[in-house]
Amino acid sequence: MIATIWAWLTDPANWSGAGSIPDQTLEHLRLSFIALAVAALIAIPIGLYVGHTGRGRVVLVNLVSAFRAIPSLGVLFIAALLLLPRLRGELAFELPSLIVLVLLGMPPILSGVYAGIQQVDPAARDAARGMGMTGQQRLWQVEVPCALPLIFSGLRSSMLQIIATATIAAVVGLGGLGRFLIDGQANRKYDEMAGGAILVAVLALLVDLVFAALQRYAVSPGLASEARR
Amino acid sequence: MRIFGTDLSEVLDLAVSHAWLAGLPLLIGLLISLPLGWVALRRRWLYPPVIAGTGLLYTIPSLALFVLLPGILGTQILDPLNVIVAMTLYTIALLTRTVADGLGSVPDHVRQAATAMGYGPVRRFFVVELPLAVPVISAGLRVAAVSNVSMVSVAALIGVSQLGMLFTDGFSRSAMGPIVVGVIACVLLAILFDLLILLVTRVLTPWLRVVRA
Repeated sequence: MIATIWAWLTDPANWSGAGSIPDQTLEHLRLSFIALAVAALIAIPIGLYVGHTGRGRVVLVNLVSAFRAIPSLGVLFIAALLLLPRLRGELAFELPSLIVLVLLGMPPILSGVYAGIQQVDPAARDAARGMGMTGQQRLWQVEVPCALPLIFSGLRSSMLQIIATATIAAVVGLGGLGRFLIDGQANRKYDEMAGGAILVAVLALLVDLVFAALQRYAVSPGLASEARR
Repeated sequence: MRIFGTDLSEVLDLAVSHAWLAGLPLLIGLLISLPLGWVALRRRWLYPPVIAGTGLLYTIPSLALFVLLPGILGTQILDPLNVIVAMTLYTIALLTRTVADGLGSVPDHVRQAATAMGYGPVRRFFVVELPLAVPVISAGLRVAAVSNVSMVSVAALIGVSQLGMLFTDGFSRSAMGPIVVGVIACVLLAILFDLLILLVTRVLTPWLRVVRA
């Protein structure tokens, strides 16, 4: 079993050309980063606003937990059935899945940003106000830097969610490493399925490690030591 | 009775197996996370490796885990056991940290008072520390329950029977009805699990109600 999976993973034929392992890995990364960027562009401002002003807090918290209950596979199929007949070409395969990836990627970022801003030490906030900082200055120079650990953990769980959902989205025609799992199953090739599964798991781990490294670099050392405690 | 072109009794059957596939791993996962979380808290040097190791499990996408487990366990790919094991792993990934933090939130003076009253470590754990950690652990359990219910549906792609079958079935026939019914049933099941955990927590923590009253 392990030997055949290894043989598939190391077969040179699987490593070059269209639909090869490097090809699908890059495709998976491309789609995931597009989805993460769009999700972050929408979710970070909302999270900052709610965290800073405290307005809409109840709505946000409930919305985030409600979203967690929605099964990604079902939403993918609904988006595909609704949009596939209305779109043409390459876009028809990518857009429905991308919309779902963005939707499912937003809740973790929202709750991370919101919770991060929310838990900033009130003493630090008061000190900033006492020093005469404006609302904008307090947000960007005090609250956001203090919230970075939780903002990063939100971004990381969002990315994991997106990578996992992108894998499933191969069912509705999306490219990426999920292709090996879905096509392998269609052709009854367990080595291809398992090989693809290993690649997806490794990709998710590596991306998370990169984010962890970025977090170490970006978060102030004073906060990092506190988080480690 | 039929709704959106879907037989309701069939939905109920699928919901029951869905509840098993999502619920049983919650219990097993909780039973495994309790000692893991306890060890991580009591032996300081074990905290980072245990928490990082269990956290790592969570990075593995569910579909990948469903596919890899038959190879590791030697089960058939259609065996529901794969789903049970996968969901148990995810539950452990989410709960170990929560258990450690929950037990860590028990105030030191309470622990010392219990020791002074002659409680041994085992009795102190079950009679004092664990009950006081229930609110934190139950918060983690709610997150795990909701995410389990949604993740189990992915197993439909490898053919394990549960509510997710309504998605694959509906999609293959280009029928929206079953998919919508499936999504609603999944959400309802998640809410049911959530309410159940809230109820058990309420029963287990009578002192919280007394303070509020």
